[in-house]
Amino acid sequence: MIAFLLAQTIAITGGTVYPVSGPKIDNATVLIQNGRISAVGANVTVPAGATRIDASGKWVTPGLIDGAGNMGLREISAVQNTNEGTLRGNEVAAAFNVAEGINPASTLIPVTRVEGVTTTLAVPGGDLIWGQAVLIDLDGTTIETMMVGRSPVAMVADLSEGSKGAGGGSRAGVAQRLRRVFNDALEFSRRGASYQRAQNEQLAASAADLEALLPVLRGQMPLIAVANRRSDIETALRIAREYKLRLILSGAAEGWEVADKIAAAGVPVLVQPMDNIPTFDALGIRYENAALLAKAGVKVSLMETQTENSRNLRQQAGNAVAYGMTWEQALRAVTLAPAEAFGVGGQYGSLEVGKVANVVVWTGDPFEFSTGVEHVFIRGREIPLRSRQTDLLERYRTLPPKY
Amino acid sequence: MRHLSVALLLALAAGCASASARQTSSAPAPAQATARGASQDSTSDERPQYPSTYKRHPNPPVVIRNATIMTATGQEIQGGSIVLRDGRILAVGKTVDAPADAVVVDGTGKWVTPGVIDTHSHIGVYAAPGTFAESDGNEATNPVTAEVWAEHSVWPQDPQIPLAIAGGVTTIQALPGSANLIGGRSAILKLIPARSVQEMKFPGAHYGLKMACGENPKRVYQNRGPSTRMGNMAGYRAAFIQAEQYRHRWDKWNKDHSGDQPQRDLKLESLAEVLRGNIFVQNHCYRADEMVQMLDLAHEFGFKIRSFHHAVEAYKIADILAREGTAVSIWADWWGFKEEAMDGIYENAALNQQAGGRPVIHSDDATGIQRLNQEAAKAMYHGLRAGIQVTRDQALRWFTANPAWVLGLDSIVGTLEPGKMADVVVWSGDPLTVYARAMQVYNDGWLVYDRNDPAHQPKMDFTIGREP
Repeated sequence: MIAFLLAQTIAITGGTVYPVSGPKIDNATVLIQNGRISAVGANVTVPAGATRIDASGKWVTPGLIDGAGNMGLREISAVQNTNEGTLRGNEVAAAFNVAEGINPASTLIPVTRVEGVTTTLAVPGGDLIWGQAVLIDLDGTTIETMMVGRSPVAMVADLSEGSKGAGGGSRAGVAQRLRRVFNDALEFSRRGASYQRAQNEQLAASAADLEALLPVLRGQMPLIAVANRRSDIETALRIAREYKLRLILSGAAEGWEVADKIAAAGVPVLVQPMDNIPTFDALGIRYENAALLAKAGVKVSLMETQTENSRNLRQQAGNAVAYGMTWEQALRAVTLAPAEAFGVGGQYGSLEVGKVANVVVWTGDPFEFSTGVEHVFIRGREIPLRSRQTDLLERYRTLPPKY
Repeated sequence: MRHLSVALLLALAAGCASASARQTSSAPAPAQATARGASQDSTSDERPQYPSTYKRHPNPPVVIRNATIMTATGQEIQGGSIVLRDGRILAVGKTVDAPADAVVVDGTGKWVTPGVIDTHSHIGVYAAPGTFAESDGNEATNPVTAEVWAEHSVWPQDPQIPLAIAGGVTTIQALPGSANLIGGRSAILKLIPARSVQEMKFPGAHYGLKMACGENPKRVYQNRGPSTRMGNMAGYRAAFIQAEQYRHRWDKWNKDHSGDQPQRDLKLESLAEVLRGNIFVQNHCYRADEMVQMLDLAHEFGFKIRSFHHAVEAYKIADILAREGTAVSIWADWWGFKEEAMDGIYENAALNQQAGGRPVIHSDDATGIQRLNQEAAKAMYHGLRAGIQVTRDQALRWFTANPAWVLGLDSIVGTLEPGKMADVVVWSGDPLTVYARAMQVYNDGWLVYDRNDPAHQPKMDFTIGREP
């Protein structure tokens, strides 16, 4: 059955195609073969026997990618037993890879994908170093089949107000502790098995955690640093320079104040546009953040951090446009930009030949409330537009309910 | 037409407005202190009860011309105009006569709606920047704290206030939190810059009484009780049994003034006012079965529940809620953050509307309050896609006229009709789209927000000296 599905050829015809990698194409065809996009354009020959999806009058985009949340790791946030995303008791949990905590049967997955979000980052939570985030496609019966590319795709650390406890109650302590951990990881790497220092002086983290940081310190794995205050963003940039890290900023609420510095450092940023409530972690928070960062040349991705609301990523994008982003920038910020930030830009985020066939057919502008989802393809498989919520609707559509 | 600067418009006003002596001479009294059914607090003595000192801000008349006007009474007038004077809506229609001195606002390409009303806000009681110092929303020291009044916590310098104003909000119900079975009295506020909460108190508005079902009270009080849903029910019942006796004592004394005046009890006074129908019950309750229990509680003691709040399962009992005349204040799509919120669906508002109920889109959130129009649009379009008939006017009423009813203010605010209070929003486009933003907000005729004019963008003290 799986082999049959993979071999299936699907032609989405007649739609207005937004490849993201290039300008929109009117009345175009997207051809899907073996789970990959095999052709995109106005003059595509549809092979005989292909399943045809008529997308006339519809909009066709890549599946949306949410670079935040705990999809699969959090069924009900208030119910501890259903939460897998945080390794408690370890403030430097670098070796914590969340993958095996993911529940492919989570009810949040269908609820999210039927609204056009096809890929999400599953992010750990924690104190100073949270652990390793994996990117998952929202389809599959096993963790292995959901994982994207070389997941884990990033290490996550917190340089915001939230991690102060791990720094003795001071932001300076947080930064110094992070450096001690990095230094010990490098030292550990240099001395390898003969490393004896632990006998004289306690290491800044366990051997497993130090080892897990080496791909980050070798520039092989990006470090997502949560930082909102301008000075915390600058600390993150400073540490990234010192250790030659591939930094991604997450949150960056006051990022607009130092947009030029972020742009100059070539650091991608994950932003949640619909936030503007001031806290002492970000007094300068404002709706225009995403637009101002993009204007300064920063590679902006948009995110929805509340896992169960991941489907509102498109509302986040719409609001980013309302507050100054161009529509094209916003579409890229929920597709190709996060794919590139997580190192899978060659496989995800645009409608290009050879890319993974995560494709959504919309009735119109994906950011508009009036727009519905007509078809969702994940790795070339058409996803039934059904979730626990659509089932509840049918049960209670007329009262008394259908038991 | 992005420049709605008042100075510019004042300059243009003389040339564009036409005088109407008749309308000028029949200027209505300001729409204040006329809330339907409002009555004196019947148990308290003669002392003033923190009275509203709200005063309408003096303003020139305004006419907004050539806009799409959604009245929330079933009309969507293309190329319409609306006249505001002395805090009242003077006229709405295709053609209107405007006073000669009216400021003329060009509404070309813009939409006009009633001011947004939120039945469920914690603005002021959980103020930004969100530290313990401003955490004044839950008196979580006893499961029944009917004696506390949210207005005594409201910080009028909450920096969330101007943000909500910029989202078109003109009236809020600031509620105590949901830690307690009975959390205390709500504050019904005009959302305007002010030095004291008294200046914001909506004149004549009914207080609400915050009650909470389910997980929150039993979690907060699990060690001392209630720790179960049956414990919750016993707690409400015990409180209202006491309140019945208290009401009886006071009613008797008020009638014959014989013997000693009964001792005043703030907790029971609030509950007795619920029994008299002077205070409206605003009930945080998620699950369908619990809402039915609460309706039975109301029957037992002879009061009405004005609105359930959050009510993510309201669609399962939409027929019962419609029959009871209890509104539902809900989110468009929040769900899943706790067990009693597991069964939330997009179509909740639409299904309740279809059943003849009274849905309200509420926020319970300082960012959500800034886009209640978007949330209503989301709920409307999901309903339509599911084949449920919902109109644009109904969706507009979800955040204007229906919340006005929940607060007992529907004869004063919530629609654009002559004689109503001039709470009006001018939107950059169709408010049921994601791209529309409030461009101007009038509260009782006062231009409290103008996106294009920094002179009409109120700031709170907290922001002073902290802007980057």
